[in-house]
Amino acid sequence: MKPGSTSAACVALLRRDLLLVWRRRGDALNPLLFAIIVVALFPFALGPEAAVLSRIAAGTIFVAVLLAMLLSLDALFRSDLEDGSLEQLVLSPHPLALLLGCKILVHWLTTALPLIVIAPLLAQLLLLPAAVLPVLLTALALATPLLSLIGAVCVALTVGMRRSGMLLTLLVLPLIVPALIFGAGACNAAQNGFAYSAPLLWLAAWLVLAVILAPLAAAAALKISLT
Amino acid sequence: MNPLVLWFHKLGSPPYFYRFAGKWLPWLYALALIAGVVGFYGALFTAPADYQQGDSFRIMYVHVPCAWMGLFAYLFMAANGFVGLVWRIKLSETLAMASAPVGAAFTFITLVTGSLWGKPTWGTWWTWDARLTSELVLLFLYFGVIGLYHAIEDRRQAARAAAFLALIGIVNLPIVHYSVIWWNTLHQAQTVSLVGPSKIAPSMLWPLLVLAFATHAYFFASVLARSRVALLELESGKDWVRALLHAAETLHD
Repeated sequence: MKPGSTSAACVALLRRDLLLVWRRRGDALNPLLFAIIVVALFPFALGPEAAVLSRIAAGTIFVAVLLAMLLSLDALFRSDLEDGSLEQLVLSPHPLALLLGCKILVHWLTTALPLIVIAPLLAQLLLLPAAVLPVLLTALALATPLLSLIGAVCVALTVGMRRSGMLLTLLVLPLIVPALIFGAGACNAAQNGFAYSAPLLWLAAWLVLAVILAPLAAAAALKISLT
Repeated sequence: MNPLVLWFHKLGSPPYFYRFAGKWLPWLYALALIAGVVGFYGALFTAPADYQQGDSFRIMYVHVPCAWMGLFAYLFMAANGFVGLVWRIKLSETLAMASAPVGAAFTFITLVTGSLWGKPTWGTWWTWDARLTSELVLLFLYFGVIGLYHAIEDRRQAARAAAFLALIGIVNLPIVHYSVIWWNTLHQAQTVSLVGPSKIAPSMLWPLLVLAFATHAYFFASVLARSRVALLELESGKDWVRALLHAAETLHD
């Protein structure tokens, strides 16, 4: 890899962002804790009957994971904006969309992947039938990158605002509704013994579209917010 | 230059647009009022009651034009936002942002009249049916655009960011719509269509079309009025606004 080439820049950015998260790994655990707490609250509210819990398990886990990711989205560009490195990214000769794609990948690796790893635990807490677990994990693996990608576009629009938390939720949630419908829908179909591949394929198709378009959109949005 | 193209270029200039919109406003409001009165007369008095739903179907005459306008306003906003983003035309940004609250109001009226109609017909105020849910998502998209526009200090940057969000919404709206349809449906199928015969009696149809015309006229009047005020605010330091203010002051003296 030639120094100064685009791929070198991407690798350097990935290394730096992953290292930053690793140095403050306590913070990275917050979304996990949040998801576990949200999931643990449901049995208190609805009662501990196994039939009720296992019926709502997949949907609840989906909502908890999406909310936990939303919580961490807010900080996606914040430290970079504060120390000025975000402007350097925009000014750099490498394609901004690609660099932002790397940042989105780091966000997915450090927030969504741990959430997917603890998803079996969450499923156990809500007594999800074991046969549905693979479908849940697949659906999460397809839906969480979508949230990272679409969320990044919205964060890019709100970057620089002091209190963007509530606004960000308002921007992201309507856009992410299909991910919830398809993801939780696939799990419910599997739980009721129906075919579940169609919603998963829809999710995958949408993900392919988002992987191509979202980094470009995030780059355009960031250029609007930083002018 | 072709006179039409010349006129279009002129229209992009705020002072020209201000005068142009001022001239058109009373006519548009008058058209909306007349068409509204005629349409409502037709809707409430001449259209026969539905054989199944009785008189409660008449709320459709508010519901359907507002639903059309909710979508139309979004398209208008996104189209203007696109023009504003690509060619940096200040007027397009202003028009896009002026249509957001109007579109949100139409969408809100659609939801309210829909639930008022749903109570006697379906026996429930709200159901998680495909069209209702899409409409609700549309309302949230409007709120997002309005919220983003008001959260950023610099007016032009705010308009550009909000216009961009509206464009993302346009890309996403079909996905939301079809995902929701796949998810659940109870709403009656579309009965009026532009191509092919409509599945509605002509005596019931004409007030609907007149009212749709009225809502369009009202929408454009409202957007023009809002844009005029927004332009005055945006250009408050410019000569033409000063001249206007000066003229207004001497008129009062």
